Amino acid sequence: MGGLAHYLEEEGIPTTQIALIRKHAEEIKPPRALAVPFELGRPLGAPNEPEFQRRVLRTCLELLARDSGPVLEDFLDNAPGADVDQDGWACPVNFAAPMDDISDQDLIRQSLEQEIALLRPWYEESKQTRKGRTNFGISGQTPEDIAAYLAEVVIAREDAKSPIAGTPPHLAFKHMADDIRYFYMEAAIARPDGQVTDLEIGNWLWGETTLGKVLVTIRDWAMETEEKGFKALAITAIVPTHQRHRTIHG
Amino acid sequence: MPDFGETPWADARSLPESRICVLSTAGLHVRGDAPFVGYAADYRVIPGDADMDDLVMSHLSTNFDRTGFYQDVNVAFPIDRLRELAEEGVIGSVANHHFSFMGATQPARMEPVVKDMVGILKADGVDAVLLVPV
Repeated sequence: MGGLAHYLEEEGIPTTQIALIRKHAEEIKPPRALAVPFELGRPLGAPNEPEFQRRVLRTCLELLARDSGPVLEDFLDNAPGADVDQDGWACPVNFAAPMDDISDQDLIRQSLEQEIALLRPWYEESKQTRKGRTNFGISGQTPEDIAAYLAEVVIAREDAKSPIAGTPPHLAFKHMADDIRYFYMEAAIARPDGQVTDLEIGNWLWGETTLGKVLVTIRDWAMETEEKGFKALAITAIVPTHQRHRTIHG
Repeated sequence: MPDFGETPWADARSLPESRICVLSTAGLHVRGDAPFVGYAADYRVIPGDADMDDLVMSHLSTNFDRTGFYQDVNVAFPIDRLRELAEEGVIGSVANHHFSFMGATQPARMEPVVKDMVGILKADGVDAVLLVPV
């Protein structure tokens, strides 16, 4: 992020920025940066907190008025809700225990389809609550298409055929895995009661669903494969850090 | 961490006169645009008048919270807040085009692309860029 500020500023365009990782800003020394104490993924602090977001934004923009730099200031207030004890969230759907035996492509697909069917009304509810807004739709595939492809990747591994014309298997996998995680997560946070954290949602998705098991299984394989595309995704792009204890390689 | 050398400095106009553009590294794009792939140094244009409910995130990394973004685009892309500040006269105006990269890309690969972008910024009358990470 700070590097981009250097490039723009060299061309005469003034910049100001939010810094989520203070250490990076200290090292890269962009001209103007506001270090914030928020969770990664939430540079403005918290969703649906317009007043708080405005304060962060204004503080950051006001750094443009300085006459020399580099400027690195701290925004000291924690995000609203960050200190709340967050154990109020529960997924609206009770699943059967996730599959133990991830070895039969048809059974995997069926188990995923069942989860999708149970989550779909909540996904729709969630979308409606957010006036039609959803993150699903990156790959252009339906949840059922995605279930079928993930089941194929688990079993056929590097021989799985990409269902998206012109997109190699690992990228098709990445876009579909993102989509299906969005579908699950948006369904899971459909009920507006209480705050929910990335970790809580993660513990549910990765610990209690067949989808989580399937993605962990694919990650375990991807860590050891010689297939370049999946290998490149394996370390950071399949399982989040806070869920890697569920994988073989950590 | 790459060494970017001395900090460059461009003087800014006063805030109430400034037209502001947002550059995000969250891998944002309008649904239907090509998702981000690999570590390419390309960017997507987010038209200022796009329906922000159609904004999606295809960042490569799984290591940041996305639940906030599901609930409110502004937590990562503060477009509504900027529009409010423009209406109140705190800033001059909001640019017609905003930009998103996928921030896991090596900065050096983005350099020529960012420098090309400057022409677009100038044509849009942008006075300052707000950089927002994820």
